[in-house]
Amino acid sequence: MSVLEPVVELVRGLGQTFRYLFDRPVTYQYPEQKREVRPRFRGRHVLKRYDNGLEKCIGCSLCAAACPADAIFVEASENTDEKRFSPGERYASTYEINMLRCIYCGFCEDACPTEAIVLGDNYELSFTDRRSAIYPKEMLLEPVPTVDMTTPRKVETGVYKRSVPEMKDPTD
Amino acid sequence: MSKQVTLTIDGKQITVPDGTLVADAAKLAGIDIPVFCHHPKLEPVGMCRMCLVEIGRPMFDRATGQIVMENGQPKIQFMPKLETACTNPVSEGMVVLTQTAKAKEGQKGTVEFLLTSHPLDCPICDKGGECPLQNLTMEHGPGKSRFIYDEKLHLDKQVPLGELIWLDRERCIQCARCIRFQDEIAGEAVLGFDERGRNTQIVSLSDPGFDSVFSGNTTDICPVGALTTADFRFGARPWELKAQASICTQCPVGCNTTLNTRREAKAGGDIVIKRVMPRQNEEVNEIWLCDKGRFAHHYVGSKKRLARPQIRKDEKLARASWDAATKLAAENFSASKKDFVILASGRLANEDLFNLKSLADHAGGRAILYSDMGGGDLTALVGVGAGTNLGKLGEGDAILVVASDLYEEAPIWYLRVKQAADRGAALIVANPRETKLDKFAKFSIRYSYGDEVKAVNDFGKKSKISDEFAKAKNAIVFFGSEGLGLNGTSAVASACADLLKETGHIGRASNGLIGVWQRANDQGAWEVGLQPEEDLAKALKGKAVYIVGTDPVGDDPKLAKALEGAEFVAVQDILETATTEIADVVLPAQAFSEREGTFTSGERRVQRFYAAVPPTGDSKPDFVITSMIAKQMNIVLEGTSVSVVFDILANSIEAFTDLSYAKLAEVRPQWPIVGRGDVYYGGTTYENKHGLGVQLVPAAQVGGTVRIPKVKKEAVLRPKEKELLAVPVNKLYDRGVTVSPAELLDERVGEATVSLHPEAAERLGVEAGARVKISFDGVSGEAVVKIDDTISAGVALVPRSMGIAIKEPVAAKVK
Repeated sequence: MSVLEPVVELVRGLGQTFRYLFDRPVTYQYPEQKREVRPRFRGRHVLKRYDNGLEKCIGCSLCAAACPADAIFVEASENTDEKRFSPGERYASTYEINMLRCIYCGFCEDACPTEAIVLGDNYELSFTDRRSAIYPKEMLLEPVPTVDMTTPRKVETGVYKRSVPEMKDPTD
Repeated sequence: MSKQVTLTIDGKQITVPDGTLVADAAKLAGIDIPVFCHHPKLEPVGMCRMCLVEIGRPMFDRATGQIVMENGQPKIQFMPKLETACTNPVSEGMVVLTQTAKAKEGQKGTVEFLLTSHPLDCPICDKGGECPLQNLTMEHGPGKSRFIYDEKLHLDKQVPLGELIWLDRERCIQCARCIRFQDEIAGEAVLGFDERGRNTQIVSLSDPGFDSVFSGNTTDICPVGALTTADFRFGARPWELKAQASICTQCPVGCNTTLNTRREAKAGGDIVIKRVMPRQNEEVNEIWLCDKGRFAHHYVGSKKRLARPQIRKDEKLARASWDAATKLAAENFSASKKDFVILASGRLANEDLFNLKSLADHAGGRAILYSDMGGGDLTALVGVGAGTNLGKLGEGDAILVVASDLYEEAPIWYLRVKQAADRGAALIVANPRETKLDKFAKFSIRYSYGDEVKAVNDFGKKSKISDEFAKAKNAIVFFGSEGLGLNGTSAVASACADLLKETGHIGRASNGLIGVWQRANDQGAWEVGLQPEEDLAKALKGKAVYIVGTDPVGDDPKLAKALEGAEFVAVQDILETATTEIADVVLPAQAFSEREGTFTSGERRVQRFYAAVPPTGDSKPDFVITSMIAKQMNIVLEGTSVSVVFDILANSIEAFTDLSYAKLAEVRPQWPIVGRGDVYYGGTTYENKHGLGVQLVPAAQVGGTVRIPKVKKEAVLRPKEKELLAVPVNKLYDRGVTVSPAELLDERVGEATVSLHPEAAERLGVEAGARVKISFDGVSGEAVVKIDDTISAGVALVPRSMGIAIKEPVAAKVK
């Protein structure tokens, strides 16, 4: 073994390091910098709204039934034209997800007949106690497009007559 | 035993009674034939075509009339087309095929056709999860429809049929189960079909809408979500509910129920009763439940529930510990010695009443039953024999109903008596006015209020009616408290008992006397030795009173005055009442849904109920509280285990000998088979897995001579000129503490009324709907006039428990 060999190896190794100085870094400066998630990423749930601001959730509890971790609790109430939350006959008056129980499997998305619950791209979940891990409906609901579209709101009578909102193509 | 027929269904040989329908025979064989319109309790109609099967019958040689044989087996000839299993009765040698491709094709086609107009709103439908159409679509339906989605028929979706039942016209599949239930079982044709073809719709024919006290049952047997209750509307999904067996506490029938419970955010995170469902007991309520039993359960979750013991300090009730409260009560009871009075009602369980009676006996006090009805000693003596089943009465049997409107007092008895009359039993209704049961009666006897005893005694003389009664194979007499007080009912009960004894209708099953009591466990109170007191005000005045499960102050101003003069008042109840307001000590008790116990029904059936929801606050079961007070008085009473209290009760009361909790929880197979996975067959009624109860053996059945005590006849009250004879009648939906918290029933409860004959109304110058003031004997109240031309001109009917304290017939002034 030549005396020079370790020196050559050292230089070669440092060369590699030196080359990476000019490469684009792969690390992100989280939390200042946030990485975009993949299209099929399953993060924190969001309760969606229609374009007119009404909630998509009809309080059917199928997500709770599908949930393998028993993380979802739903309680329904009846809509009136005076106080309307969703287009159909009923809405979720209580909707809670225990984020500590949730395993982000996405079964709730699959079970939802109105595509109201969607696993979003938010993965920043941290709690200081167990109680605050239970997200109520207000935290899950997507913000309204404009201020006048808040729910509940008063609507014209006779517009929303169907028990579940009409969907042209259920696969859409 | 009727003729038996042997047939083969899917290769399985089964023997059933002649006349059984193929669908029912298959059910007995454990083979499920899908059905929608067929219901084992209703007459077959064959409307939905879901039960299509292949049916073959042995071929007969026309010349000889002999069965044609082929390879040693009878040759089976199948019909060219499918047949409905629900309309075809079985015949000897019949072969039924339910699983063939042809049958499957027929069933698949039926489901596809039914779905052409059915909306796809299962996610929000209250039936979703326990829906026959949903289940059968999964099992038999095609995965896809050939029907164009946009051509679905749209009908009204939210139609209130009455204030209790909602109809969704789109979901209805026109099976007519609801219409047929109302016609055949309830005998009130208040529903019907309107329009034709695809537009056929269910409509209510009555005013107010769906005017029946059995309306809730239609939601159980509806095979889709077309009929749902207003009470449970969007309350929960069926799979989220827990079920616990219970007994209805609203009347003496003792219907078996199932309490469905769920944790609820609206109720502050508590576990609450979401709905009350019937539980099958073919000897009590079959698979039915009246609307009072179904919807009046809200009192147990009322905001007025007592949660903590309270002691009166400086004129105000203040929170206290159980120790302090029971100690204070015990000290006062001990000090009063013989002046210690317990006033308890039939709302309590057998064990509670037994402990109360034991406490009174040991402490040297008295235990009084809060009731205006007598005769419980006679029902224990000549009551219906063990093994009685109203559902078995029919041709050749007789039922006599005296001074009771069963429809208003015990709806399920009305239903079963009506059905017995349909089967051919001679129904005799003796009442001063026309009741709903008269329509089905073979004989109606009218007498004047006050002549009840005479009417029953005369009954022995009237030839045609009394002959029918005397010659009947089995005879049952129901006696009630319409127009009668404590003395009156005692006299009527005694006259009825005499009649039964003379005609030999005692000491056997399906024979004897039944009291239509005002509370669920009045019979049980009589059994453990509690009896009502004629002059209650006198009995309470100046005494140390322990009031349990009743509200005398709210009921009667005279009793309120008497209790003002009481030495000491301890009140043990589940709700805040006018009586708890005047109490020195308030002890919170647990409701029936929060604890275990037993009730004794009017038919003297002892039945168990179970704990379904956690107790309210610090409340304790009644028998525990009584034993705590007893302990402070140095009296030892069992206060830990309810089943041990029952064992002690069984050891000390003869009629209960050999009974135990285990025995009461025994079940036997029942027909029809309901409540399993196939909700389409019997409806959503629950199967009985928690006990059918045991009927007590009346003294007359045990043997020995039966001596019926003579009751002194009272002079008939004749009111003076310008006065009317005010008589108490019973109303189903009243203002009782166990009904009024159910807001849904408010409309049916209505205002206090006074029913007058048109002549009397004219004399007073009032019309229907006018407000009048009625006053008698220190009591006065306002009431709305109702005109009833079936009563006599000299009387005014005043419903009990509607704000006017009426206990017995009394001369009254109406202004």
